[in-house]
Amino acid sequence: MAVKQEIRLTICALFFTVISAGSSMLPEDCSASTKSDKQLPALKSESSPRGQILALSCASCHGTDGKSAGIIPSINGFSAEYIETALKGFKTGALPSTVMSRHAKGYTDDELKLIAEYFGTVSHNTK
Amino acid sequence: MNDKLSRRDFNKLLLSGVAGSALGLFGNSQSAFASTKRVVVIGGGFGGASAAKYLRKLDPSIQVTLVEPKAVYYTCPFSNLVLGGLKSMDDIAHTYAVLQSKYQVNIVADVVTEIDIAKNTVKLKSGKALAYDRLIVSPGIDFKWNFLEGYSEAVANTRMPHAWQAGSQTILLHKQLLDMKDGGRVFICPPANPFRCPPGPYERASLIAAYLKASKPLSKVIIFDAKDKFSKQGLFKKGWERLYPGMIEWRSNVMGGKITKVDASAMTVTTEFGVEKGDVINLIPAQKAGKIAFDAGLTDATGWCPINPVSFESTLHPGIHVIGDASAAGAMPKSGFAASSQGKVAAAAIVRLFQGKVPAAPSLVNTCYSLLAENYGISVAGVYKLAAEGIVEIKDAGGITPIDADDNHLSQEAMFAQGWYQNISLDTWG
Repeated sequence: MAVKQEIRLTICALFFTVISAGSSMLPEDCSASTKSDKQLPALKSESSPRGQILALSCASCHGTDGKSAGIIPSINGFSAEYIETALKGFKTGALPSTVMSRHAKGYTDDELKLIAEYFGTVSHNTK
Repeated sequence: MNDKLSRRDFNKLLLSGVAGSALGLFGNSQSAFASTKRVVVIGGGFGGASAAKYLRKLDPSIQVTLVEPKAVYYTCPFSNLVLGGLKSMDDIAHTYAVLQSKYQVNIVADVVTEIDIAKNTVKLKSGKALAYDRLIVSPGIDFKWNFLEGYSEAVANTRMPHAWQAGSQTILLHKQLLDMKDGGRVFICPPANPFRCPPGPYERASLIAAYLKASKPLSKVIIFDAKDKFSKQGLFKKGWERLYPGMIEWRSNVMGGKITKVDASAMTVTTEFGVEKGDVINLIPAQKAGKIAFDAGLTDATGWCPINPVSFESTLHPGIHVIGDASAAGAMPKSGFAASSQGKVAAAAIVRLFQGKVPAAPSLVNTCYSLLAENYGISVAGVYKLAAEGIVEIKDAGGITPIDADDNHLSQEAMFAQGWYQNISLDTWG
């Protein structure tokens, strides 16, 4: 468990140190929210259909609405700017990763922005 | 070079399949602008359960009914960890309780016996019928029981389990491994492409070797392969040399791997090089789309279901979407991750189609983690786009774990594999 925690903290640290701007929505820690959603959160229409379809696959590793239950970092609870900076960092390699750079390279910068905007909106809607 | 689908290509794709529904706007189809929005989903695996959940999540006005005979679904992903003694069957068991209670998916524990395409109705074994405005078919795989002399469903259920659908087959193979004497020989016999979970047989060899190394160190695993190369081959072979030197032998198709016959009572396999006796024989048969897909005329000559990659709508029967292993999804592998990704794309497309809108261009992703030991993980990732020829992998993205990855990287990937399983399970059934 100590190792798990260490890796989680390392990843959080990477997120937190590399991305210094636009972090007004940073959560207190990176662990997943365990609060259960009592009602069905219908997604608001602010996120574009294209952003939605691009972002839905992310949930397979990061959890529904980006809320992770385990060691993989949550991507819910961050601002769009924060997520976008991280994704672009993975794409260029500025942020080290195991698998994220392989994913991020599959998208244009515009698409990464749409994904980030989607999670920014979802974070807002599912608070 | 051209990473984006050109407008012309995209329009062509839209016209080829979704047109069936979009044109329904001007015809008498009830699919578009339907007064009711009823979707029936056949199959509660990664594809079907994800599609059901996301339909409800994206548009709570859609009525979703999921037909799945099993009350408990055991996943193929992580069933190799059960064989290796790292997980229990309970760890890979999932139910439909949350889909029902939280997402209001109507769960029907029954078997679809017939799809009445003319009447937009599915008939159930119980005698009941369910009407739909759109149908999602996610039946997974079925086996070609006659693909090999000496092999049959009865052989698989007794002497030579496939364990390629998790559940009683996993338990049977696990028991055979536990009962085997030290010094025994375990045969794993993967089929030719395409088949469910391309790296699965090799992860299985690794985790069985992990168990044998700890408990029966004189034993061996021999892979009789119907192929001459396999997924993440370099990474697996390197890992086997490091973790299980001399314990895992891989025989390629041309080097004695090709099996021409089995004898269940003698527990032998016959190859072009001779007859070999095994103590445990895990024969993974050749595969095709699940039975209902054949019965409904959704398959083509390949044995899989051709689909429009924008919506996963069948190109043979408009209004019916086929997702998961049963679909012919271009470059995408047959994996739980891919099925889930496709289920969401189909769900999002159906939401748009009910609104009388054109579906957004899809984005499809796959990641397959494989464990070689509890703390030794590798992965292959793919991001897919639409091209004129269908779903293709984006060249500069995806790929496998670096061959020179250090122990820290490998142990992180092993932990992410566990995190992935936890999250995709919740994303699908939770």
